[in-house]
Amino acid sequence: MSWIGNLVAVALVLGALLLWRRARRSRLWREALTALRRRRPIALTVVGVFVLIALMDTVAWTGGGGAEGVAASKPRSVLDRIFSPETFREKSYSAPFARTEFIGGAALTFPRRHPLGTDLLGDDVLYKTLKGVKVALLIGGLTCLVLIPLALLFGVSSGYFGGRIDDVVFFVMSTLASIPNLLLLIALIMALGKGTLQVCFALGITGWVGLSRITRAETLKLRELEYVQAARALGVSNLKILSQHILPNLAHLVIITFALLFTGLVLSETILSYLGIGLDGSWGRMIDQARNELSRDPIIWWNIAAASTALFVLVLCVNLIADALRDILDPRTLNERK
Amino acid sequence: MLAFIARRLVFGFATVLGVLLVLFVLFFAVTDPDQVARRAVGERASPETYEAWKRNHGYDKPLLINRTHGAATLARYTDTLLVEHYRRMLSFDFGRSDADDAPIWQRIKEGIGPSLSLTVPLFLLGLVVGIALSLFVAFFRETYIDRSVLVLCMLGMSIASLIYIIGGQYLIGKLLRWFPISGFDPNPAVILRFLAIPVLVGVLAEFGGTVRLYRTVFLEEANRDYVRTARAKGAGEVRVMVAHVLRNALLPILTNVVLAIPFLFIGSILFESFFGIPGLGALTVEAINGNDFSTLRTMVYIGALLFIAGQILTDISYSMADPRVRLGQGVQS
Repeated sequence: MSWIGNLVAVALVLGALLLWRRARRSRLWREALTALRRRRPIALTVVGVFVLIALMDTVAWTGGGGAEGVAASKPRSVLDRIFSPETFREKSYSAPFARTEFIGGAALTFPRRHPLGTDLLGDDVLYKTLKGVKVALLIGGLTCLVLIPLALLFGVSSGYFGGRIDDVVFFVMSTLASIPNLLLLIALIMALGKGTLQVCFALGITGWVGLSRITRAETLKLRELEYVQAARALGVSNLKILSQHILPNLAHLVIITFALLFTGLVLSETILSYLGIGLDGSWGRMIDQARNELSRDPIIWWNIAAASTALFVLVLCVNLIADALRDILDPRTLNERK
Repeated sequence: MLAFIARRLVFGFATVLGVLLVLFVLFFAVTDPDQVARRAVGERASPETYEAWKRNHGYDKPLLINRTHGAATLARYTDTLLVEHYRRMLSFDFGRSDADDAPIWQRIKEGIGPSLSLTVPLFLLGLVVGIALSLFVAFFRETYIDRSVLVLCMLGMSIASLIYIIGGQYLIGKLLRWFPISGFDPNPAVILRFLAIPVLVGVLAEFGGTVRLYRTVFLEEANRDYVRTARAKGAGEVRVMVAHVLRNALLPILTNVVLAIPFLFIGSILFESFFGIPGLGALTVEAINGNDFSTLRTMVYIGALLFIAGQILTDISYSMADPRVRLGQGVQS
């Protein structure tokens, strides 16, 4: 199954490059990119590093690298090859850079080689934390892959066509919006089952209403503008008006909402993990597993510290970028800016 | 006016029916009732117990079409799970828990008290702290105080609520030993001791987002013409902020906040289970862990019902204050 992951990685990189080339060609986006780079150089770099780690965890192939037995027939990612988790492990907890096991004090197989210590099963915490990067990006990315098309489809069609379609979409939106978010999320996951796809799908179903409302309101405004009316008077088909005149003018809203949604999604996954319906290998799961260890004395802090720091750094950086993006792209905040 | 209320009520009822349809799809069509029953009675239970359990919990009918009735009779379409689900939910007959056969309605009545005793103080304190702090920040806008509070807000918003709770429990409960880490006692003499950490942590966890939001509202209001007029008349900065800006900014803030009130009743899923408060949030968590679909279903339904009722009340009180709402022109906020 590794070729799917590799394909996705290649597609993502190619897609990003293509988008980059497109964006360079239009003046608006070029200026926005420059402004973003000038305002948030550190946050952008950090997010870039996170994406790189996730890509390293996605590109995988079988064989080589000294793995034996079952491990040799399984595809291993670049990250797995760097850490080789099958052998690079201890028997139980050990503190960062420790020479001995935390409980009992037996000598470690790899003394002073675990910069973030090891967890209950002896796995290297740094490795597990880096593994969590991909899961976190997956939660945000995959969910938005469900959410954004859904929101655009409903929001734009109800705003543009109005009438019956608008009534139906409005009813669906108010129905979903009237169910408390977390409860709807739980109900969806309980009904659909646990798993990456199901959780992302559930998050998408729960979250699309907000973006849909925004795009609907914006489409209502755009529909009445002169250039859209002119296009309609010239006999341009609805589909073409939508794709040429409406959707490009919603792009900035979609980007801002994506950045804002992303942090919310990653944070809400920790709650799901606590409830036992989160994703395997996520930081939320790590925090949840480590929380009982805080009641020990002396405490085992490195697990929870590693996971929550990684989560905090990612969310903070995306938050900062989202903030800057909103300032740069949203014309409504223009007059607030100095 | 009456026509508006009637229209609003009809739409609200339609939304309730929509919510029930969502629940039906999720809990009857997607999750197989047979599997739920099988899991509840165990693999080796006799067919009689299995059938009896299904009958007792209302899972014994076909989903949409009951083929045991004749083709022309109405019962073919009414004697089904769909109709039964609507009938039970609309008449508040929630039945028994799928996990332990306890009556759900009883559980909910017991849980509302503890839930409210946590969420109401949390809500009020959060509101007061949020408004006070954001007014303070708006007072010092474009200074270092403003900037540093905004940075703090950004940092605070980036921390997961799970971390807030664990950190609060560890710091206040374990290291400082000021208050018990978890537990609950409805006795008014000691209840505050148990609510201290959850309320403190809850206010802290939310202040980042609220302060940023309210600050924007305050600044928007501070740029209005009447504020300039007040300044021109010689009103001091404190008077301008408190008597003019605060008074006018409270309205948009409060209308925003009113929508959160229905959710106070269903409690806080995270806080209640962490701090051992036996409210509705803890009940929900229990239902998740025990695969208790009927309780979960009921909680979702009640949450939605409260929200819809709250929305209708807000809309009606709005329309009394502002005729534009009633005439369907809407108010752009």
